[in-house]
Amino acid sequence: MPSLLDKIWDAHVVEQKPGQPDLLYIDRHLVHEVTSPQAFEALRLAGRKIRRPDLTLGVMDHSVPTCDRSRPLKDPVAEAQVAFIEKNAAEFGFTLFDLTDPRQGVIHVTMPEQGYILPGLTVVCGDSHTATHGAFGAMAFGIGTSEIEHVLATQTLRQAKPKLISVELTGRLPQGVEAKDVILKVINMLGVAGGTGHALEYRGEGLAALSMPARMTISNMTIECGAKFGLMAPDEVTFAWLKGRPFAPAGAAWDKAVAQWRGLKSDPDTTYARSLSVDLSALEPRVTWGTNPSQSLSIADGRVPNPADIDSPDERSAAEKALAYQKIKPGTAMTDLAVDYVFIGSCTNARLEDLRAAAAVLKGRKVAAGVTVLVSPGSGLVKAEAEKEGLDRLFTEAGAQWREPGCSMCLGMNPDILPAGKRSASTSNRNFEDRQGRGGLTHLVSPASAAAAAVAGRFVDPRQYVK
Amino acid sequence: MEKFTSLTALAAVLDRPTVETDLMVPKQFLTRIERAGFGQVLFNNIRYLEDGSPNPDFVLNQPRFQGARVLVSRENFGCGSSREHGPWALEDYGFKVIICPIFADIFKSNCAKIGLVLVELKAEDVDDLMRRVMATPGYQLTVNLETQTVRGDDGFEKTFDYDPFRKEMILNGWDDISLTLKLEADISAYEQTHRDLWNGGPLSAA
Repeated sequence: MPSLLDKIWDAHVVEQKPGQPDLLYIDRHLVHEVTSPQAFEALRLAGRKIRRPDLTLGVMDHSVPTCDRSRPLKDPVAEAQVAFIEKNAAEFGFTLFDLTDPRQGVIHVTMPEQGYILPGLTVVCGDSHTATHGAFGAMAFGIGTSEIEHVLATQTLRQAKPKLISVELTGRLPQGVEAKDVILKVINMLGVAGGTGHALEYRGEGLAALSMPARMTISNMTIECGAKFGLMAPDEVTFAWLKGRPFAPAGAAWDKAVAQWRGLKSDPDTTYARSLSVDLSALEPRVTWGTNPSQSLSIADGRVPNPADIDSPDERSAAEKALAYQKIKPGTAMTDLAVDYVFIGSCTNARLEDLRAAAAVLKGRKVAAGVTVLVSPGSGLVKAEAEKEGLDRLFTEAGAQWREPGCSMCLGMNPDILPAGKRSASTSNRNFEDRQGRGGLTHLVSPASAAAAAVAGRFVDPRQYVK
Repeated sequence: MEKFTSLTALAAVLDRPTVETDLMVPKQFLTRIERAGFGQVLFNNIRYLEDGSPNPDFVLNQPRFQGARVLVSRENFGCGSSREHGPWALEDYGFKVIICPIFADIFKSNCAKIGLVLVELKAEDVDDLMRRVMATPGYQLTVNLETQTVRGDDGFEKTFDYDPFRKEMILNGWDDISLTLKLEADISAYEQTHRDLWNGGPLSAA
């Protein structure tokens, strides 16, 4: 009867009383420089300590440059923020992967890579894309700064239990169609608020065939339909990926852990508030046309909607506004839209597998004239691995820029900013107005589709380049 | 956290769906490490023109909405980034209550933590309320958390659902960390009995 969510939830209840949300124990607290400063300052003012510095792990990623990283950073405000998390780590006694650490990278790439995220754990971070770690069968969710302070001080959090939505993945992904296309489709089906108050549980044979990086991409963007959690039951793929990582258990402890983890799945008679099904074999590479991640369509034959054809007044006005901001005429074919920038990176799509998919398209080809391409690997270790395979040379020979790890142009709060009026094909997760830079025009795509846009100078189905 | 029981104040309208926290506080201000002062940059990119002067087309810049403490907006308010800078900016600007059909989950928790009251009304009631506010300059609303009601002088009156635990916290202005710290014995007991669970791996990298 219990679901995967029930099992993890119940194992973490510290206090349960009618009329109030459960107090849950938090196993892993991931900390970065942007959302934590005010929490540490409040802790300091109240004379409090971190209850479990050993369950707290920090990295800097959002505001760090991806090219010149000499200190002090050129932006004095960013420098102060980076220096502040260093001070907080030293004074409060938690481990921080700083800019000189080879493990530094985008927090949701670095932490799983270290084996710090394990099945059955509760994981929080002051970042909505913490949903990423649901891919391991962990109950992972984004929190705000007040909640960060609460976790630092108490290692617990009060939470209202979400309802469950089942997302069944059937069939196999065709060649050239990626996890990003899957999650864009799911968000398109549910809408930007369809998951509010819910956790999504991905299931099915289609899921079983996906790699861990692919699963992380899907869980990562679950928040874009309003659901804080994107859960997946751990399986042999999960265990094989985790084994031998620095923070993963080893020896007898590993065997014991795996035996426990095998029980982490929803019982067959689990009831869901809602169920939907996605046939992976029918998916095509997708691209967003509007200003929220639910507004996506097929690259190859997609035409942006004509608001006049939309019945619902709310949706019509949303489409009108989105098209006006994006500077696109109703009915335009996506393949007729020229791109100025291509960004390959972010917590959604900056793992080695993502870089390989982009590289497969760019291999032996050149970036189209006038297109700027940034590739920011997800972590120092991803960067090193990629360089070992020669991907850095492949990218630079094609005309792309090979950068250091960080959030980079996903959110433009570091020097990597999409200029006003410029159109991007981006492997990141949000196409909100001004997200990548004020007046920037963002279109979300997979790594292969981003690389294909770089080559063609416009949106194209990447399958014409990868047979 | 400041106590909140009831408030009668000027209402303003932001007629726009999915107001993301990115829109409330754009990323260029997120490098600040201070907690105060975000009200000045609330809705920065639509509130100010490129040269920094107020955008005359932005609704909250209209003289009639100056001093508003209640904001009425559309569905999915607060979606996107978990940044609490959004709620801080709304609070610092002067808003005490936000009304919309449905709020994003993380935003909802963040607002509860700082005592910003979020009221969910049916979409058609929000439509109705928006029309009333827009039609009547100086339109005031009374939002009572104790009785869970929203009332206007022109007869508009609706009740709303509110989580009883959050309600008690806000009505009393309690600090939730202090309350949780009283459960220290329970937290320690949990740690003792669940070592295997959270200590699945080494807690420092090999």
